Amino acid sequence: MNGSNLIIAPIVLPLLAGAVALLLERRSPRAAAAVSILTTLALCGISIRLVAAAADGAVGAYLLGNWPAPFGIVLALDMLSALMLLLASIVAVASVIYACGRGAHGRHDERSRHFHALFQFQLMGLNGAFLTADLFNLFVFFEVLLIASYGLLLHGAGVERLRASVHYVVFNLAGSALFLIAVSTLYGLVGTLNMADVAQRMANVPAGSAGLLQAAALLLIVVFGVKAAIFPLYFWLTDTYGAATAPVAALFVIMTKVGVYCIARTTTLMFAADAGAAAFVAEPWLSWLALATLALAAFGALAATHLRRLVAYLVLASAGMLLLAVGLGSAGTISAGLFYLVHSTVVTAALFLLVDSLAASRGEAGDHMVPAPMASVGGYGTLYFMLAVAAAGLPPFGGFLGKSLLLVASRSESWAVGVWAVVLLSSLGMVVALARAGSTVFWKAESPNAMQSAAARASAPGRGALALLTFAACGVALWAGPIARYTDAAARQLLERKDYVAAVLGAKPALPAWNPRANMDKAK
Amino acid sequence: MEALLALFIGVTAGSGVFLLLRARTFDVVLGMTLLSYAVNVFIFATGRLAINTAPIIDGSRTTALAQYADPLPQALVLTAIVIGFAMTALLLVIALRTRAEAQSDHVDGREPDASVAASSETGQ
Repeated sequence: MNGSNLIIAPIVLPLLAGAVALLLERRSPRAAAAVSILTTLALCGISIRLVAAAADGAVGAYLLGNWPAPFGIVLALDMLSALMLLLASIVAVASVIYACGRGAHGRHDERSRHFHALFQFQLMGLNGAFLTADLFNLFVFFEVLLIASYGLLLHGAGVERLRASVHYVVFNLAGSALFLIAVSTLYGLVGTLNMADVAQRMANVPAGSAGLLQAAALLLIVVFGVKAAIFPLYFWLTDTYGAATAPVAALFVIMTKVGVYCIARTTTLMFAADAGAAAFVAEPWLSWLALATLALAAFGALAATHLRRLVAYLVLASAGMLLLAVGLGSAGTISAGLFYLVHSTVVTAALFLLVDSLAASRGEAGDHMVPAPMASVGGYGTLYFMLAVAAAGLPPFGGFLGKSLLLVASRSESWAVGVWAVVLLSSLGMVVALARAGSTVFWKAESPNAMQSAAARASAPGRGALALLTFAACGVALWAGPIARYTDAAARQLLERKDYVAAVLGAKPALPAWNPRANMDKAK
Repeated sequence: MEALLALFIGVTAGSGVFLLLRARTFDVVLGMTLLSYAVNVFIFATGRLAINTAPIIDGSRTTALAQYADPLPQALVLTAIVIGFAMTALLLVIALRTRAEAQSDHVDGREPDASVAASSETGQ
C-alpha cells in the first residue's frame, strides 16, 4: 500500500469532476449531474478499496510532489481515515442522487447554478482533511471544504438562508483565524508542521514555553470544536442545517464529523502521553463539554417546532456522543464512538432527506410540527418510525449497539455514573421528542385533497437515495460484528500511533520512471 | 523591534475583534480584515525576526543557519493571505446580498426593534 497512487485519488477525482461540471453545466446541466453522480460512485468504489487496503493495519503514506517526509506534505491512510472516506462517499452518493430528484421547487440541483461543481469541491475538501498528515495542509483543506459549503448553503437562496449564511461564514472565518494562530504558534515552538514529526518533537519544547504550547494545543481543539459543534460553539449548527436544502444538509452531516475526526487525530497523535507539557491537554475539558452538548441537544430537540430543526439537534447529539468517546479516550470508548459515528451519520443524513420529502408532500405546512393534510401517511410513517428508532438509539439498530458499547467501555471511569445518567437521559429526551413529532405529523394528519395526493409521491431519485441510506442504516446493524472488529482495530491503531509515525516519516520518495534532468546532470 | 511588532499585532487583533462583535455587516467585514492582517503578521513573526538574511540558500553566504531566515512561515503567510483575501471578498458579497434582500445591514438580517414589532404582530 505504501506509495500507492490510489491514496490521492479521493482528492484529485472530485477536483477534476468539479472542474468538468463547471464547464458542462451551462451547455448541458444533465451531463454535469451525470459526471457528478458517476464521480461519487467511483469515489465509493475507491474508498472500499482503500478500506480493504487499510484493514490489515498497515498505514499507507503518499508523498506529494515526491518530497521526502518532514519537508514535503504527506498524505496518510490509516484505518480511521479510510473509514471516514467510505462514510463520506456513501452520504455523498445518496445526497447527489437525491439532488437530481424533484422537490417542492423543481429539481434540487437546478435551483441555482454550480450545485454539482460546489458539491465535488466540498467532497475534495472533506477527503483531503481526512487524508492529510500535515497541519497547514489541513487548514487549506478546511478552507476548501468551507468555501464550497458557503456556496452550497446559499444554494437556492432566500432571506432565511442568507441570514444563516452570514452567521455561518463569519463564525467560520473567525475560526480559521484562530486555526492559523494555533498552527503558527505550534510551528514556532516545535519547528515542523508534519503531524507525525510534531508528535515526536513535542517533548523537546523547553519548559519555559509550556504555557504557550498548551495554549496552541487548546486553540487547535477550539477550532476543531467549532467544526464539530461542541458546546458552547454549536449555535451556528441548527440555523445552518435548518436553512440548507436537504441534499446539502445531508452532506453537511459529514462536516461536523470532520471536526470530531480532527480532535480524535490530534489528541491521540500529537497530545498523547509523551507530549511533554501538552500531554492530554484537552482531556479534562472534552468529556464535560461533550456531556453538556448531549444534554443541550436533548433540550433543543424537545423544544424544536420544525422537523428539520429536530434532526439538526440529532446531529448535535451525535457530535456530543462522539466527543464523549474521544474525551474518555480508552481504546474501548473510541471504538464504540467510531461505531456510533458510522451509524449516526447515515441515519441523520437519511432523516434530513426524509423530512424534506415529507415537507414537500405536506404543502404549506412544510416541516412545521402541526397537523396538516398529508398523503401516503403509511409509507412515510413507517420509514420515519424506523429511522427515529435508529436515531434515538433503540434496538435493533446500530445506535443501540454503539451507545451500549460506549456505556460498557466507560464503566471503569471514576465518574461513570454521570456519563451513564447523561447519555441515557438524553436518549430518553430524544425518544420523547421524536415520538411527539411523529404522532403530531402522522397520527393527526388530515386527509389530503387530490392535488396533495398527486404531490405526495417522492421522485424516483429521491426514493432511491432514501432506500440507499436506509439499507446502509440496516446494514450497520446486520454487519455489526465485522464493523465493530474494524473500529476496534482502528481505535487501537489510533492509540498505538507508532505505525502512523513510522509510515509518515519513513516514506521514501519513489524513483521517477523518467528523469528529464538525467541528461543535463550527465552533461555537467 | 519585537515589542513594536507585538504591539502592532495586539492592537490590530483587538480592533478586529471589537469590530467583529458589532452588529452591522460592514463593521464585521472590516473587523475580519483587520483580524486577518494581525494573523498574517503573526504567522510571519513565528519564523523569528531577522534582518538582512535570505530565505533561500544561494551560495553567496556561508551556510550557517544564522545567515538565513526561515522560509516556511513566508510560504505559509502567502497562502494565508490568498485564502483570507478570497474569504473577505466572499463575505462582502454575502453581506451585500443580505443587505439587498433583507433591507437591513444588521447581522441578523433584520432591525432589532423591527423584529420585536413583527413578532408581536404575528402573536409569537
